[in-house]
Amino acid sequence: MESKAKSRSLVRKGGAFAEPWTASGAILHGNWATKLSVLIMGFGNLIHGQIVKGLLFLSIQVLYVYYMITAGIPAIKMLPTLGWLEQVETWNEEKMIYEYAAGHNSVLILLWGVVAISISFAFFFIWRAALKSAYKADLLHKEGSKVNRLKDDIHDLFDEKIHNLLLTLPVLGVLIFTVLPLVYMIAMAFTNYSKENDHLVLFDWVGFDNFTRVVNMQNSVGQAFWPVLGWTVIWAVLATALNFILGLSLAMLIGRKRTRLKSMWRVIFAFTIAVPQFVSLLIIRTMLQPQGAINMLLIHDLKWIAETDPLPFLTNPMWARFTVVIINLWVGIPYTLLQVTGILQNFPEEYTEAARIDGANSIVIFFKITLPYVLFIMSPYIITQFTGNINNFNVIYLLSGGGPPRPNSTAGYTDLLVTWLYKLTVDQQYYNIGAVIGIFTFVTLSIVALVTYRSSGSYKDEEGFQ
Amino acid sequence: MSTNLKRRTMSSKPGAIAGNALVHLLLAVLSAIWLAPLAWIVMTSLRNDTGSYFKDFFPKNGLTLRNYTELFDPANRQLLDFPRMFMNTLFISIFACIIGTTFVVFVAYIMSRRRYKTRRFMMNVNMILGLFPGFMAMIAVYFILKAMGLTQGNWIYLALILVYSAGSGSGFLLLKGYMDTIPKSLDEAATIDGCTQWEVFSKVILPISKPMIVYQILMSFLGPWLDFIFAKVIAGANSKYYTVSVGLWSMLDKERTYDWYLNFAAGAVLVSLPIGILTILMQRFYNQSMSGAVKG
Repeated sequence: MESKAKSRSLVRKGGAFAEPWTASGAILHGNWATKLSVLIMGFGNLIHGQIVKGLLFLSIQVLYVYYMITAGIPAIKMLPTLGWLEQVETWNEEKMIYEYAAGHNSVLILLWGVVAISISFAFFFIWRAALKSAYKADLLHKEGSKVNRLKDDIHDLFDEKIHNLLLTLPVLGVLIFTVLPLVYMIAMAFTNYSKENDHLVLFDWVGFDNFTRVVNMQNSVGQAFWPVLGWTVIWAVLATALNFILGLSLAMLIGRKRTRLKSMWRVIFAFTIAVPQFVSLLIIRTMLQPQGAINMLLIHDLKWIAETDPLPFLTNPMWARFTVVIINLWVGIPYTLLQVTGILQNFPEEYTEAARIDGANSIVIFFKITLPYVLFIMSPYIITQFTGNINNFNVIYLLSGGGPPRPNSTAGYTDLLVTWLYKLTVDQQYYNIGAVIGIFTFVTLSIVALVTYRSSGSYKDEEGFQ
Repeated sequence: MSTNLKRRTMSSKPGAIAGNALVHLLLAVLSAIWLAPLAWIVMTSLRNDTGSYFKDFFPKNGLTLRNYTELFDPANRQLLDFPRMFMNTLFISIFACIIGTTFVVFVAYIMSRRRYKTRRFMMNVNMILGLFPGFMAMIAVYFILKAMGLTQGNWIYLALILVYSAGSGSGFLLLKGYMDTIPKSLDEAATIDGCTQWEVFSKVILPISKPMIVYQILMSFLGPWLDFIFAKVIAGANSKYYTVSVGLWSMLDKERTYDWYLNFAAGAVLVSLPIGILTILMQRFYNQSMSGAVKG
């Protein structure tokens, strides 16, 4: 009865990967050496002759304890207050200089606190692995089978346990350079770390204050937030939809039977993909300035407009918004063209033949057959385009820099949430507000992406082709 | 039937001829629009002028290669050292490429071929991580690198290499999708023949995945050339460690643009050439791999 319940719980927890040597099993059913491994990592391994493994676990434990005593625990202790000691400036009469007694630095306190907690988490998993490993050695010993030696373990790492070998470094990289910064940044959203009231060195926890400030229309941050959010959504919809519609039209124009020099047209449009985006966008930006090449062409060479009023491509709010959408088309259409061309070339001709025999004209065929077919295949691409456009930093930042500036606001008329976030953190040092904006962007994106991605075929049936 | 249809659609009514001409005219105009900025930058890079804005669209003082040679002039290199920027970027991108591709290949293989306990969990977490805007964590990455002492002197190289490569393991989806199309029976046959999983990985899966891996190599090599925002934040005001993109960007600074504008154009052309060739190459490998891993 007990074993039945136990095996069921194993199945629930581990599925097909359940192993008999679990951490809880080690504590409940292990022998004295295994139980002692709870306190002294690697003890069980040492007893059973797994010297290197045991010493490895033991040294990790020693290092961790040493780290926690010298740095970890003090760092975690400082977390609730984030430091209070201000830098003190005293005049040294003898040396005739100001001397500074170092104060607390909340940025570092928060960082080392987060690091200490993360290391403790990691240590917990290593501790569990050590316990399991000790229990495994114990069980194998009891069964009378050979306890795995170092040589066996290394062989395992290249065979059945290859995921441990190959994933360790990449996962570590993601943890340190993606997860840790994110946790750190999310933590900042709950502090008053900003240049407001001089909180750049010492700052405190403020709970959800920043979140309410951002959504509240009554204050300056909220007044900036809602228009930026609105424009971000409009931009993403416009950019994605126009890109798809015009890219598809262009592909069909080139792909139609009577168009000559098909590959030449395709190469011309693909040409812009080869030029690095920051180069082409910087070029276009200089061309669109009030004294840029386009205006000069219109004023001096063509004499279509007067020198006194050049076209305000990037200086008038409405013009600037149109300009960034159109330039984004210049950037994006070749990519869509490339995608759609491939799809149309694989398009099963029988469908249109059959429809034509049934008497459908070209327009009906396009809307009832071609478009649904292309949409079906392209939907993952369109979704990535949409999320990519919400996060489209390059086009906005390189082209308009978010400008023209809005009066009494940190965000310009063409600023997206991401470019505003960049300005708030890198340029303006409102780190807390920037972090909140980042979290809101994440929420917007996850709603769009999770729903669509989870219902996509490649997620549900990823082994369909194997 | 089909020839009949063809004859009908191909019939040379005057309206159809006019429509066809219109389509070609439209394509010609659009091509001109798409090529104009590129042609313009080549023209500007050859201009024999000074300053940043010119009254006439087409250069009137003839053409010169001076803007190119100035980029390599030792006197100018004290202000903005273009060859050094080029070498910086090359150095960083080679290492970032080696580390990044290795990580991607490792993760893609494991996620595609191996089944272990936390696999689904890791893939879900990775997907969620991908939804956070990259720039959100950027400033935090900078603080972390600063706390590690990597934002000073030559450590900046290491910092940039790490920034471009350390987290690259999360970009495994494309290669995994490709490996998913390799039949499982190949692995099984190799295992029966006594291969360890490492040998399956290195001797079976890797060779088959070659086109997609080349695509990954090119992509991670190009990363440091195309990104400029991380490089800008990490190198800060220290122009010794600029990559080409930051360098070109800073040539258009308000205080520099008058002296450097034409050199910017020349630099842009110089950078675009190798990157363009690599991009075209990359696209070719991508198309090649999209036609499937194992044919048959």
